[in-house]
Amino acid sequence: MKNENLYNYILGIADNSLILGQRLGELCGHGPNLETDIACTNISLDLFGQVRSYFQYAGKIAGDGRSEDDIAMLRKERDYKNVLLVEQPNTNFAYTLGRQFLFDAYHLMFLRELQKSTDLTLSAIANKCIKEVSYHERFSSDWIKRLGDGTDESKAKIQEAINDLWMYTDELFHQTDADKAMVAEGIGVDVTQLKDAYYNYVSEVLEAATLQVPESKYFHKGGKHGIHTEHLGYILAELQYMQRAYPNMQW
Amino acid sequence: MSTKNWPLWEIFVRSKNGLEHRHFGSLHAADAEMALENARDVYTRRNEGVSIWVVESKHITASNPENNGELFEPAQDKVYRHPTFYDVPDDVKHM
Amino acid sequence: MSEEQIKSLERQFDERIARDEKIEPKDWMPEKYRKTHIRQISQHAHSEIVGMLPEGNWITRAPSLRRKVALLAKVQDEAGHGLYLYSACETLGVSRDELYEQLHSGKAKYSSIFNYPALTWADMGAIGWLVDGAAIINQVPLCNTSYGPYARAMIRVCKEESFHQRQGFEIMLKLANGTPEQKEMAQDALNRWWWPSLMMLGPTDDKSVHTEQSMKWKLKRKTNDELRQQFIDQTVPQADVLGLTIPDPDLKWNEERQSYDFGAIDWDEFWQVVKGHGPMNKERMKARVGAWERGEWVRDAAMAHAQKKQERKEKQAV
Repeated sequence: MKNENLYNYILGIADNSLILGQRLGELCGHGPNLETDIACTNISLDLFGQVRSYFQYAGKIAGDGRSEDDIAMLRKERDYKNVLLVEQPNTNFAYTLGRQFLFDAYHLMFLRELQKSTDLTLSAIANKCIKEVSYHERFSSDWIKRLGDGTDESKAKIQEAINDLWMYTDELFHQTDADKAMVAEGIGVDVTQLKDAYYNYVSEVLEAATLQVPESKYFHKGGKHGIHTEHLGYILAELQYMQRAYPNMQW
Repeated sequence: MSTKNWPLWEIFVRSKNGLEHRHFGSLHAADAEMALENARDVYTRRNEGVSIWVVESKHITASNPENNGELFEPAQDKVYRHPTFYDVPDDVKHM
Repeated sequence: MSEEQIKSLERQFDERIARDEKIEPKDWMPEKYRKTHIRQISQHAHSEIVGMLPEGNWITRAPSLRRKVALLAKVQDEAGHGLYLYSACETLGVSRDELYEQLHSGKAKYSSIFNYPALTWADMGAIGWLVDGAAIINQVPLCNTSYGPYARAMIRVCKEESFHQRQGFEIMLKLANGTPEQKEMAQDALNRWWWPSLMMLGPTDDKSVHTEQSMKWKLKRKTNDELRQQFIDQTVPQADVLGLTIPDPDLKWNEERQSYDFGAIDWDEFWQVVKGHGPMNKERMKARVGAWERGEWVRDAAMAHAQKKQERKEKQAV
């Protein structure tokens, strides 16, 4: 492939939306009430819409006729490049919302920078996505405050979720070789530059929600290099099921 | 069953600038901000709106249909409030 | 109020409906009208949200991203429709929580078709095509029903519903024109969903207890048997387009009636499912009750937070 770095870079962005969208999709029909169910499904739909834009572009760059579905559903476990955070399960609504908020805060900052990309397709996608993600971030940060400053039970639950998910946040700011190459070309976002602003902002929201900012300095990484938690295998088992069981068919 | 149910809100949506807000329906939300967000997610999924009002249902005072006679019927015979009440020759234009 | 006065009010009420006037929430209405409407509208709402489950179950496994977003949007619409209908029902003085309580305790019914399992991807096609097709036949006349909030909810539902059936038919079409394996999957889904779809239009007229009263109140414009005939007559040619076979050896065009004759429906099966012994009744209820119970602390937290915010605002104002 002529432009392998760009291809991998796009997948690195899109896989986060793909896996998070898939996680939210699991919840459709099982939310705490209808209004919240509909809202979470909207976020899932936004994310899958983004995934399609990215993968269609990646398919063009690959130039060998692979489709958005080939890219989404026919890679091996180690070829998915999403961060570990987004594959964490919907243990309860606190985990779902905690995961969402910790990702949204990053996602929004990331897209603001991606808008400035010298790659016009990527900046155009970022431009469209940023409106959706601004809303996601508003929704999830509002809910963090509701749960944090709600009942004793909700406070304990969301604090536990944030504490558990915290160890996956640092990875958001790691760079792969493809990332570095893309930053050098003015196409990619230098995520290392977002780190301080991210933790400042997240801390602000957590404090407004009367929650403790976790102090743990132990973090997990690997997702960006295809080394995932055990959860991903099950996500892929469902995501890929039809394409694997009935190969080479049109749907 | 929890006794702390989310209250009901009435949702008004302006479908495009130049039109009035119209009653679209209702939904449940814990507070006004959430009512706005829920309204956006529930009632504007197909691009139906550019502006949303929410008001908690209990704040709406409605007229009682039992009083419809005294409230609305007296207006029925006030035909002089309508332009067709007045005779103007057919060849008078712009009126 | 004397019995005579009530009789007179009821007469006036029936005349209003006969004149095609709408009844609005604060209008006087016979108690039976209110109760019947609460029952029917809530049953309808329950059907929407239980109906999310068989399809929701395939969201994570949809075979392509295009199909996945379409299915997500469709299942989400069902949540929306449930919400519109619960809201309409609430105007009759019953809360959504009470209605949920009736559903969860098994007191309230929902469309029994959702007690069948969605086993393969083709079931997403069959449900959209047949189940939504039958639902539309039931629902379109309700856009004109006598109770204003119900009619308005149904107008919105029908407007949004129109993509659902097409979505399902398109899935079937793709399968029917696909590989032999895909076509077989489509035929199998049709075989399993055909008869339950016919049952979905309700018991035969001689067994239907509510029809006459419902007709008068415009809760129903046609009888169950008429609706069923209409459904069959419009669906058979669609199956022909798909090149699939309706699983009824007695299905035959009747030149004289200008309609299809069809075979006997297994009403024992229908009543078994209605009474709670279908393949998925217990699963469906477990999923609904589970979601509601798991959500309780979330709903409580939001209320507690709203109250705290309100108190802080009031303190500031002083």
